[in-house]
Amino acid sequence: MGSVTATVAPPTTSNVILWFRTFRAITGSGFRRYSTYRQASAAGVVTNLVFGFLRCYVLLAAAGAAGTVAGYDRGQLATFVWVSQGLLAVILLWGWTELADRIRTGDIAADLLRPVHPVTSHLAADLGRAGHAALVRLLPPVLVGPLFFEVHLPRRWSTVPLFGLSVVVAVVLCFGCRYLVNATAYWLHDVRGPVVLWAVASGVLAGLYFPLRFLPEWLQLVLWLGTPFPSLLQTPLDVLVERDSTATQIGLVALQVCWAASILGACRLVQRRAERRLVVQGG
Amino acid sequence: MADRSLVDRGGTPTGPHLTGDAAPPAGGALAAYRALLGAQARSQTAYRTSFVVDLVGNVGSTVFDVVAVVVIFGVARELGGFALGEALVIVGLTTSAFAVADLLVGNIERLPRYVRTGLFDAVLVRPLGTLPQLLLMDLPLRKVSRAVFGTAVLVAAVGSAGIEWTAARAVLVVVAPLAGVVFFGSLFVATATVSFWWVDSGELANSVTYGGRDFTSYPVTVFGGWFRAVFAYGLGFAFVSYHPALALLGRADPLGLPNWVGWAAPAVALPAAAVAGAAWRTGVRHYRSTGS
Repeated sequence: MGSVTATVAPPTTSNVILWFRTFRAITGSGFRRYSTYRQASAAGVVTNLVFGFLRCYVLLAAAGAAGTVAGYDRGQLATFVWVSQGLLAVILLWGWTELADRIRTGDIAADLLRPVHPVTSHLAADLGRAGHAALVRLLPPVLVGPLFFEVHLPRRWSTVPLFGLSVVVAVVLCFGCRYLVNATAYWLHDVRGPVVLWAVASGVLAGLYFPLRFLPEWLQLVLWLGTPFPSLLQTPLDVLVERDSTATQIGLVALQVCWAASILGACRLVQRRAERRLVVQGG
Repeated sequence: MADRSLVDRGGTPTGPHLTGDAAPPAGGALAAYRALLGAQARSQTAYRTSFVVDLVGNVGSTVFDVVAVVVIFGVARELGGFALGEALVIVGLTTSAFAVADLLVGNIERLPRYVRTGLFDAVLVRPLGTLPQLLLMDLPLRKVSRAVFGTAVLVAAVGSAGIEWTAARAVLVVVAPLAGVVFFGSLFVATATVSFWWVDSGELANSVTYGGRDFTSYPVTVFGGWFRAVFAYGLGFAFVSYHPALALLGRADPLGLPNWVGWAAPAVALPAAAVAGAAWRTGVRHYRSTGS
């Protein structure tokens, strides 16, 4: 083809160490970039805390006098809510239109000239962003929640590393989904429609409004296997609150890994298809 | 509509040559506003498919807000001493009021962007009120679908709740959502003014606007402690949907407030509008261009 896009296989020398260095540098820049938005972070934390109280009271009321609902006890519900408010910012469910903006303005042309695949470079930057969010956005609700509510702490040692892995996979998966939503701009130019649909679907189907275990079992099965949404938020939270046995926890995370791998694959595929028809807008 | 009061004089001049003083006669201003609105309507409906997708997508979020309540009742059967039918009256009052307020005033939450990009400077030099200009420049017509759906939920909930209708209740079922619109609209405006001082306030406003919507979607009895005290009575959210719903249903308040409190919604909404208007005027006076 003789084109100069980043998705064309690089020439002969492929240096793994160099690749890792580049990835780390981009990740670091993502971290630093978001650490400059201090006011926005503080405002976001306050909002997460308010919603933590709101959702926690509602779910505890749902547990009612019996003290359990859909297999969660009161402590598990409290942990579920408060950690979900923190994780929301770590996986960044909403508000990322960077790729779509770059496509619309034509800046994407510069990205395609770089020797790093756009999916890789955006993923690296997003991991840096998530790392910053884990410190600044996840910790406050996780620390404040237990001051006001009795929370469930992990009882099995295996839960902690499994939760850590699950969160990392969720970040990658959520990035992939956002990338796909943004990539519709290659065809549509205006991504408002897809973004709205994504925002609506992801909030409720990821388990943010209520734990998906509240739904009928067949619907849970359809959602988990048929859509990536539960793997975004519900899975890490279910792993953390030990709703199920260790085997089920591992199974859920494995499913999550499958979703992340296939969505990332889809991102690369879409990117390749898009580059064949991309018309750079602007000057 | 009561938010006209804060709309009409929203843009108090910051200086003699910037706004307001050179305002055209009332008829001219009205024509100008109508032109702004017309331009918006034309530009938003220009891409018909995109607009239809937007309409559908927007109603989705409101639908899911209601679905969330129904699902939670599905596993809990009762919440804070209320059954689903009664709770839906509360949800209907909230959803209809919030959706209409969001349609009319909600886009003011973009104020931080206007301040940052300097667009607000352009708004200030025009001889029209700042607040109505901003609202009309960005009226999100796509949110009409939410308002329609919200009103439908209210009608359905009120129709199926077995309310014993009296003249007073018939008035209340109209007045309460209107007061809710004013109340939520005031919240949108008041919280947006924060960005005059704190440009990157971002999501902070959401905690009382969307947070308020979520709070008022459930019976106040669900919440507890100081959190309930602050949100329900400190900020006045209990009077948006909870107390009016009790009055409509003829239920006594489990928390002990008398039944007539249900009619107090306008008495909370109008002061809220006054506060929001004052906050807006103070904010505009405080405004210094970012220079961009």
